[in-house]
Amino acid sequence: MNDVSHVSGVQAADTGDFANVGRTQWWRRGFFASQTAYVAVALIVIMVIMSVLSSAFLSPGNLANVAKNFSFVGIVTLGVTLVIITGGIDLSVGSTMALSAITCAIVMQKVSGTGLDAVPLAGMIVSILCGLGVALLIGLSNGLLIAKVGLSPFVTTLGMLSIVRGLAYAVTEGRGQAPTGPDVNTFYELTDGNLAGVPVAVIYLLVLAAILSLVLHHTAFGRHVFALGGNEKAAALTGISVDRVKIAVYVLSSLSAGFAGILMVGWLGSAPANLATGYELTIIAAAVIGGANLTGGVGGPAGAVIGALLIEVIRNGLVLAGINAYWQIVLVGGIIILAVLVDRLRTLRMTP
Amino acid sequence: MSLLVLEDVGKEFGAIRALSNVSLTIQPGEVVGLMGDNGAGKSTLVKIIAGNFKPSHGRVHFDGREVHFSKPVDAREVGIEVVYQDLALADNLTAAANVFLGRELKRRIGPFSFLDHAAMNQRTAALFRELKSETRPDDVVRAMSGGQRQAVAIARTRLARAKLILMDEPTAAISVRQVAEVLDLIRRLKDAGIAVILISHRMPDVFSVCERVVVMRRGSKVADKPIGQSSPEEVTALITGAKEAA
Repeated sequence: MNDVSHVSGVQAADTGDFANVGRTQWWRRGFFASQTAYVAVALIVIMVIMSVLSSAFLSPGNLANVAKNFSFVGIVTLGVTLVIITGGIDLSVGSTMALSAITCAIVMQKVSGTGLDAVPLAGMIVSILCGLGVALLIGLSNGLLIAKVGLSPFVTTLGMLSIVRGLAYAVTEGRGQAPTGPDVNTFYELTDGNLAGVPVAVIYLLVLAAILSLVLHHTAFGRHVFALGGNEKAAALTGISVDRVKIAVYVLSSLSAGFAGILMVGWLGSAPANLATGYELTIIAAAVIGGANLTGGVGGPAGAVIGALLIEVIRNGLVLAGINAYWQIVLVGGIIILAVLVDRLRTLRMTP
Repeated sequence: MSLLVLEDVGKEFGAIRALSNVSLTIQPGEVVGLMGDNGAGKSTLVKIIAGNFKPSHGRVHFDGREVHFSKPVDAREVGIEVVYQDLALADNLTAAANVFLGRELKRRIGPFSFLDHAAMNQRTAALFRELKSETRPDDVVRAMSGGQRQAVAIARTRLARAKLILMDEPTAAISVRQVAEVLDLIRRLKDAGIAVILISHRMPDVFSVCERVVVMRRGSKVADKPIGQSSPEEVTALITGAKEAA
């Protein structure tokens, strides 16, 4: 089907230089021209200023704190970025984090003392799989409703946000669930431990970001994700299975939320029903600050990580400066609007 | 042997007759202009050829065999490609990514298969050279001129080794210089032995690249003659109904 040998005989001489078609300068193309690059520069500047202003900022304890806090948000931002690239949105991730965390903790309580105790780590593996399984079901419901039934992503996931959060309260009757059982120490090692002095959550984030980058830029699936956001009708006309790609991105988004939720159980030592309430907004903000475009077609893992880190660094800076926590919420909103504004001004300037 | 033969093809939507008993023959490598006012049946005819609609009656032969398309993919499989008016390109992707969209070239590494960027860029560059278009495989479509976008859309069809390309108003919304570029692209397709049906409202385009002109009015074919034996005035008269048939 892809046989174009009848044209490949043409001499491969003049590929590059056309007399009348100018090449854009390198700094106006690719990564350097992206919002992600601008935000990365802003992030570095802010971090330098903060380390000058506060001696506590670069202390190992504070850095570890920042690293952990942003990793949970960062991991989910990776998944949500995928959805945003297709032109969709996932508001249900905060609730999914909570229900996956709760499911994981409750299953661990229930299987401890049963025959599974005899098999090393079986109880823990079963509970983690149950937590992720719940996330998978939520993602599948979102994906099927959006792709097959044709409901709007905003409304579907808004409804799911409420349903899942409600389930989290109903199942626990509002009480926090602590993981117990013979494997609980291993569980804490895997979710809240350190590897070579680095919190494992950061390592998970970086590994997942690297995998996502590979998938987005070097696989057909990744290309189809971008194509959906660029022109869904065109994608369908070329024979891409639009429904399957859509369902896949909502499932991956939910799974990333479930995974981050389970990590948070280890961090908190308990899964409260109000876990990660309101996180969906921070996560979407992180994706947008990092350069993902809510109209679809643009975004990437580097932006997700940088956006999540920027929000956390600024939040941390306000804490160190002793500013009231309520003002942090105001500031995060301000940064979102500023990031989008800068991008808007930049594209205005670049349009001839 | 004729490439495409329509025999008494008609299409009714409920009580409305969109197309009545149209017969049409296209030879390999022939460029035919299809003209007519809005609602004359052009789109219905094209959609039957492209597999979007099944004809209510009549027969379609392609490449010597009778064909029954139930979806556009069926038509594409035998070698009929459509270049849509809005071009159906993803603006945020590169030219090469658009040309290979849905049929990416891959390399297997262990259990995974990854995109073969180099091979796709190379083949796309070769297609653009063949079309003599100044378009770079790794440029993003958003930054391209209308003519370059046409080249990308046409390169897609070349990749599929199409034998017949249906072009829906390719020159409707682009600048004069780009129109010349697109007409050149059509001539290159003809040189490569590919038949083109050009659906257009623009008389100068049809008269500069087509060998034959087919005029539709009220669901019927009212003229089908070599371009040299017709004139823009006659075609206008046929389209408006000032002249019944020719």
